[in-house]
Amino acid sequence: MEMGFTTAVYVVAAILFILSLGGLSGQESAKRAVWYGIVGMALAVTATLFGPGFGLWGLSLVLIAAGGLIGYQLASKVEMTQMPELVAGMHALVGLAAVFVGFNTHFELVNVAAMDESARKSLEGFAALLAKKTAVEINILRVETSLGIWIGAVTFTGSVIAYGKLAGKVNSAATKLPGGHVLNATAALVSLASLIWYLNSGALMPMMILTLMALFIGYHLIMGIGGADMPVVVSMLNSYSGWAAAAIGFSLGNDLLIVVGALVGSSGAILSYIMCKAMNRSFVSVILGGFGGTAGPQMAVEGEQVAIEADGVATALNEADSVIIIPGYGMAVAQAQQSVSELVRKLRAKGKNVRFAIHPVAGRLPGHMNVLLAEAKVPYDIVMEMDEINDDFPDTDVAIVIGSNDIVNPAAQDDPNSPIAGMPVLECWKAKQVFVSKRGQGTGYSGIENPLFFKENTRMFYGDAKASLDKLLPMIE
Amino acid sequence: MKIGALKEISTGEQRVALTPESAIQLQKLGHECVVQKGAGSAAGFSDAQYKAAGVKVAATAAALTKACDVIVKVRPPTEAEIKRLSPEKTLISFFYPGANEDLMELAKSKGASVIAMDMVPRISRAQKMDALSSMANIAGYRAVIEAGNNFGRFFTGQVTAAGKVPPAKVLVVGAGVAGLAAIGTSTSLGAITYAFDVRPEVAEQVESMGAEFVFLDFSEEQADGAATGGYAAVSSPEFAAAQLAKFREIAPDMDIVITTALIPNREAPELWTADMVASMKPGSVIIDLAAEKGGNCKLTVMDERIVTDNGVIIIGYTDFPSRMAAQASTLYANNIRHMVSDLTPEKDGVIVHDMEDDVIRGATIAHAGEITFPPPPPKIQAIAAKPKEKLPEKTAEEKRAEEVQAFKKQTQNQVALLAIGGALLFLVGSYAPASFMQHFIVFVLSVFVGFQVIWNVSHSLHTPLMAVTNAISSIIILGAVLQVGSTSFLVTVLAAIAVFFAGINIFGGFLVTRRMLAMFQKS
Repeated sequence: MEMGFTTAVYVVAAILFILSLGGLSGQESAKRAVWYGIVGMALAVTATLFGPGFGLWGLSLVLIAAGGLIGYQLASKVEMTQMPELVAGMHALVGLAAVFVGFNTHFELVNVAAMDESARKSLEGFAALLAKKTAVEINILRVETSLGIWIGAVTFTGSVIAYGKLAGKVNSAATKLPGGHVLNATAALVSLASLIWYLNSGALMPMMILTLMALFIGYHLIMGIGGADMPVVVSMLNSYSGWAAAAIGFSLGNDLLIVVGALVGSSGAILSYIMCKAMNRSFVSVILGGFGGTAGPQMAVEGEQVAIEADGVATALNEADSVIIIPGYGMAVAQAQQSVSELVRKLRAKGKNVRFAIHPVAGRLPGHMNVLLAEAKVPYDIVMEMDEINDDFPDTDVAIVIGSNDIVNPAAQDDPNSPIAGMPVLECWKAKQVFVSKRGQGTGYSGIENPLFFKENTRMFYGDAKASLDKLLPMIE
Repeated sequence: MKIGALKEISTGEQRVALTPESAIQLQKLGHECVVQKGAGSAAGFSDAQYKAAGVKVAATAAALTKACDVIVKVRPPTEAEIKRLSPEKTLISFFYPGANEDLMELAKSKGASVIAMDMVPRISRAQKMDALSSMANIAGYRAVIEAGNNFGRFFTGQVTAAGKVPPAKVLVVGAGVAGLAAIGTSTSLGAITYAFDVRPEVAEQVESMGAEFVFLDFSEEQADGAATGGYAAVSSPEFAAAQLAKFREIAPDMDIVITTALIPNREAPELWTADMVASMKPGSVIIDLAAEKGGNCKLTVMDERIVTDNGVIIIGYTDFPSRMAAQASTLYANNIRHMVSDLTPEKDGVIVHDMEDDVIRGATIAHAGEITFPPPPPKIQAIAAKPKEKLPEKTAEEKRAEEVQAFKKQTQNQVALLAIGGALLFLVGSYAPASFMQHFIVFVLSVFVGFQVIWNVSHSLHTPLMAVTNAISSIIILGAVLQVGSTSFLVTVLAAIAVFFAGINIFGGFLVTRRMLAMFQKS
């Protein structure tokens, strides 16, 4: 096939990818949009396989098929509560692929440089492209390659750690090596120095150092970020995997890679921005880990946490006309989404107005709660965003908080000294009655005392979310 | 310790301070319970029921007092009852220490501790032992029932084959605990309910119960109820006049009037004057819950039902809670039980009279041979937070101006960003070779398209978005596929691994996205 044809297919694929992302604006159009993405990918891969300058397409097909089989297995078995880990893990694969492709570019470059004039002429494909480059272009190529490798390596270790934290294999608390940010800064400086060295020498050594530094930064950066900041981390890694692809695209001179990389990169960046905004924190403060310093003593919390049993909750729910449920990570941990769905089904069957209020950073992945609820067959038109539903709490009879903490903390509004002051929160305490389903009396991930639990209209429904709800269900008649 | 409940001796009092149910709870705290013979019979709790709950029955009050460490009852004790006390014994009951100084002196001389249930401070933590509130709640409910009993018509309006019945109009004056309970009962019986209170901040509570708040044409700021522990304060003469004028205006329309206005330690204010009573229709009913303190209506006779010359019935009973003895005893016994539970911090049956505790300190009026009344002000003032300063409503012009301002700012930001971006592009363009610029333009445009497209993605689809971007970011496979055919073995191996990984990602990513999206269903 001719080069022109491949390019044409790339344009079609790029448009399909853009449509595929754009289609995610609505639940129905999204179902079509995925197919655009799949067709785009199939076109792009086929065109490349049979495009000019390509040799081992048989091997490639076998490898893709083998990888595809594993991917299929993974995707069909994964529980919806494990989505965050899966997404993080897959980012790692993209990062690693980017590193390998980057190194290959380097090796090819070295090979080509070593050849004489006549050998260069006989080259095909990618190597031929390299052979034609001028000195300036080669330097630019080296920068692009290093950038691709560097971002890819950060994405790889970062995603592996994020995967470990989300899967509970690595302690999710924020931990840093002694030296903290100085270590990161040093590693970044060393990377920069290696880049300059590499530009001047073109040797393998500086490239290895650069990669090692990037691997370290990825590891250390994500180790220093705690569990509740994971939505930002995962979307950031998503963004990085895109930028890595774009950088590799530059080095290979492949426009489709650049387009898709840029799309993915900006998508992840926007998600990170939305998540940060929902926590009222700057991106930098999240990435560098830890909450912002407190300006003074936090407000003392008055009153006591009053516990309630399932029958009390059931009575209130039976009498309520309008109910809002606020799920959080605790619901995912307890796998309580099916019970929640059953509760909602029962309440709705009695003609009650039941809705869900989803905070943007609820859970460990942007949109995590929506997916869990969808899995449990909760209709998406009763699942509301924070801005849509926050004004409705004063007219609500019962608000049920299931496994969320900071996102319903009134201190964010009332206490200027609170570490989360100014973070937008769901104002569930304005409902006539609030039930909080929670494991025990401890504070949440952030260690911030939640005055909601001490409010007069709040009752604490202690216990595992799933067990509590299952106890509650038969009492809703 | 042993907790014993005395039989009430004042005439007509049917309540009891211990129920079989509360006794079971008290036993869980490690206490033993004793009840005087027949103490609960008037409230419907037989001695046999008590025995079944593990409560011992004492034959006489003297025997019970002797045997027990804590004596609980409802009404303030008589002299004889106090005289039986000794040091180390604790009495818990209503006491009204302000009016019963002699009794307090007597208790002090006996060295006993006395906890007055009517002195429990009004803070959130103490609500569960606030017996005044639980009794007021019953009084409010019963007031409506009593009114219905004396009122010759339906509460709710009906259109029947036999003719149309208008709904009754009920006015509740004073929206405290009793008032709110009365409002709730009256609205649920179907009457059109109006309510008034000198504290304008309760208007919201009144309306939430389904009644209409009667507003006065009066601009002066009223004293905030929060400053006086949630109770009403004395109002200014001008306010009182405006209030009476309003009542006079609506009096002829009202079928039932329930007055609950009390000010702590004062005679009840006169709110329903004789001329208002005269203007009411025959058969109308007035229930004066303030009868004990002189009544909100001066025609009220304490503990009696009278009929005025124009046929208006005025009821001045003061024993509403006792008229619902079973309910009142249950609630009061629970209040007592919570008090004892606070006195037993370790749940080991040992009473610790902690005078550092705000609630216990506030309610204790005699302890260790000393009178401890009145108590110091509680450390926590936790009733009704002060009202937030309301921001003045913005006028249309101001809003418009703000919008224009925001729009200008947005334009400025956008132009500035464009200028900076353009300058940077220009800078890159003037140094980089053309082959780079070609790709760079593609890159910049793609980022731009990405930003435009992604902002429209629905929040609920963020996880599918991540999965799908993840799948398409494995486009890196193109690079690997191009390199697999290399002459160098190392390059081929690395490229092959990359192809393999990307393959996992493509299939995994798209499949999981499809799985997720298929789950989103409309109701």
